[in-house]
Amino acid sequence: MIEVNNLHKSFGDVEILKGISTTFDKGKTNLIIGQSGSGKTVFLKCLLGLFDYEEGTISYDGKIFSLLSEDEKRNLRAKIGMVFQGSALFDSMTIAQNVMFPLQMFTKQSKSEMEDRVDFVLKRVNLDDAHKKMPSEASGGMQKRVAIARAIVNNPMYLFCDEPNSGLDPKTAIVIDNLIQEITDEYQITTVINSHDMNSVMEIGEKIVFLKNGLKAWEGSNETIFKTDNESVTDFVYSSNLFKKVRKMYIEENE
Amino acid sequence: MTYLHNIGAYFLMIVEMFRKPTKWTVMKQLILKDVDDLIIGSLGIVAFISFFVGGVVTIQTALNIDNPLIPKYLVGFATRQSIVLEFAPTFMSIIMAGKVGSFITSSIGTMRVTEQIDALEVMGINSLNYLVFPKFIALLLYPFVISIAMFLGILGGMAACVYGGFSTLEDYIVGIQTDFISFHVTYAFIKTFVFAFILATVPSFHGYYMKGGALEVGKASTTSFVWTSVLIILLNYLLTQMLLS
Ligand SMILES: Nc1ncnc2c1ncn2[C@@H]1O[C@H](COP(=O)(O)OP(=O)(O)O)[C@@H](O)[C@H]1O
Ligand SMILES: [Mg+2]
Repeated sequence: MIEVNNLHKSFGDVEILKGISTTFDKGKTNLIIGQSGSGKTVFLKCLLGLFDYEEGTISYDGKIFSLLSEDEKRNLRAKIGMVFQGSALFDSMTIAQNVMFPLQMFTKQSKSEMEDRVDFVLKRVNLDDAHKKMPSEASGGMQKRVAIARAIVNNPMYLFCDEPNSGLDPKTAIVIDNLIQEITDEYQITTVINSHDMNSVMEIGEKIVFLKNGLKAWEGSNETIFKTDNESVTDFVYSSNLFKKVRKMYIEENE
Repeated sequence: MTYLHNIGAYFLMIVEMFRKPTKWTVMKQLILKDVDDLIIGSLGIVAFISFFVGGVVTIQTALNIDNPLIPKYLVGFATRQSIVLEFAPTFMSIIMAGKVGSFITSSIGTMRVTEQIDALEVMGINSLNYLVFPKFIALLLYPFVISIAMFLGILGGMAACVYGGFSTLEDYIVGIQTDFISFHVTYAFIKTFVFAFILATVPSFHGYYMKGGALEVGKASTTSFVWTSVLIILLNYLLTQMLLS
C-alpha cells in the first residue's frame, strides 16, 4: 500500500500539486485521472522520488520514502517497476537485453536463469519472437508491452504506468489495460496508473483519483463514477456523447 | 547567475559521476562500447585530416622560406613543431569536439527527452556514473589518437615535401630531428589529457541537463560544441603559458 499525505509540488512560482492525500491499495489497479496538464505525471514522478517536493509525505508500506537512507532507497527502488509514457526503452539494446537489464543490475542470477525469466515475461506480455529486435523496429504497442515486461521482470511490489495506452489503437489499448490488471491481480502488486482514457477508467478503474487544478477533486471507483454528481468529474468523464449515453443507460437500468 | 549555477552544477556532476559505481560486468560492456564509438570510430577522420593538414603545413612553410640562406631542413623542423605542439593536440581536439562531443550530447540528450535517464534513476542506478564514467574511461585512450595524429601529420608533411620537390627526404628527416625537446611532447600530452577530460564531461553535461524535446537536442549539441571548443582554446592558452614560458 502506498500512502500520500498532503503533497505539495511547485516549479518556481507555479504550484502544480496543492496538497494531495490519498492511498493506493495492494493488488488493485489504482487510476489517477485528469485533463492533460493537470499534473498526473508530476504526481507520479514525486511518488517515484524523481522530483523533490516541498511538503508532504509518501510512504511505501509504512516506510516514509524521504526518510530512507540512500541504501534503503535503492533497495526499495529495486522493487519498483515503471512503464513510462514513451516506453523509455534503451535504444542501444535489443528487446531481450532491455528486459534482462534489471536482472543484470540487481540479481546474481546466472545467464541461463536470466534468459529463462526473460522468455517467461516476454511470453506473459504475448511477445514470443521479438527477442532480437531493436526497440526502433517494434510498433508502439509492442514497445509498451516490452516496457511492461521490463517493469515486471524483477517481481516488483509496486508498478507505475504513465499513460500506458496513449497513442495506441483502441483494441491494443484494451489489451494493454487488461494485461496490467491481470498482472496486478496475479502477483498482488500495488499498481498506480495515469490515464486520461475513459475506456481504461471503465475497464480497470478499481480505484480512481481525479485531479483538477492541483487538488484531488474526487475519489472513487469505476462503480461509483457513474453515480457521482460531482460536476468536475461528470464534466471530464462525460465530455463525449457516447459516455453521456452510457451513463444514462446505466442510471435507467439501475432504477 | 545562470553561468555560476551551471559551473556549480558541472562540478557536482563530476563528483556524482564517481559515486555509487555500476556493477563491473555491466560497466565493462559500456566502456568497450564507448571505446568503439569514441576512439576507434574517430581514427579514420583523424588519420585523414592529420595526413593532409601535415602536408599543407609543410607546403606553406616551404613556400614561405624561399630565402636561400635558410637551410632546407627547417621545413621539417617547422612542420614537426607545429604538429606536435598545436596541430595534433589542440586543433584535433576542436575537431573531436564536433565529432565526439556532439555525438555524446545528442545521445545523452535523446536519453533525457525519451525518459531513458528517468528509467535508469527509477531502477536505482546512478545514471551519471552509468552514462558519463565509461566515456571518461574511454577517452583516457585519447592520447593514443593524438599520437597517431602526430605521426601521420609528420608523415603527410614528408610526403608533400618529397613529392612537391620542396626539399629532399634526407633534409626533412634531419629537420624533424633537429633541436628535439622531449618536454614538448610531455607538454602536448598533458594538454591532451586535459582536453580528453573536457571532451568527455562538457558534452555529457549539456546532454544530461537539457530540457525539452528533439529540437532542443539539436540546440544542445550546438551549444555543447561551442562551449567545448571555447574551453579547449582557453585551457590551451593557460596551459601553454604555465608550462612553456
Ligand atoms: N520539469 C518541469 N518544469 C516545469 N514545469 C513542469 C515540469 N514538468 C511539468 N511541468 C508543468 O506541470 C504541469 C503538469 O504537467 P504534467 O504532470 O506533465 O501533466 P499531465 O497531467 O498531462 O501528465 C504542466 O503545466 C507542466 O507545464
Ligand atoms: Mg503526463
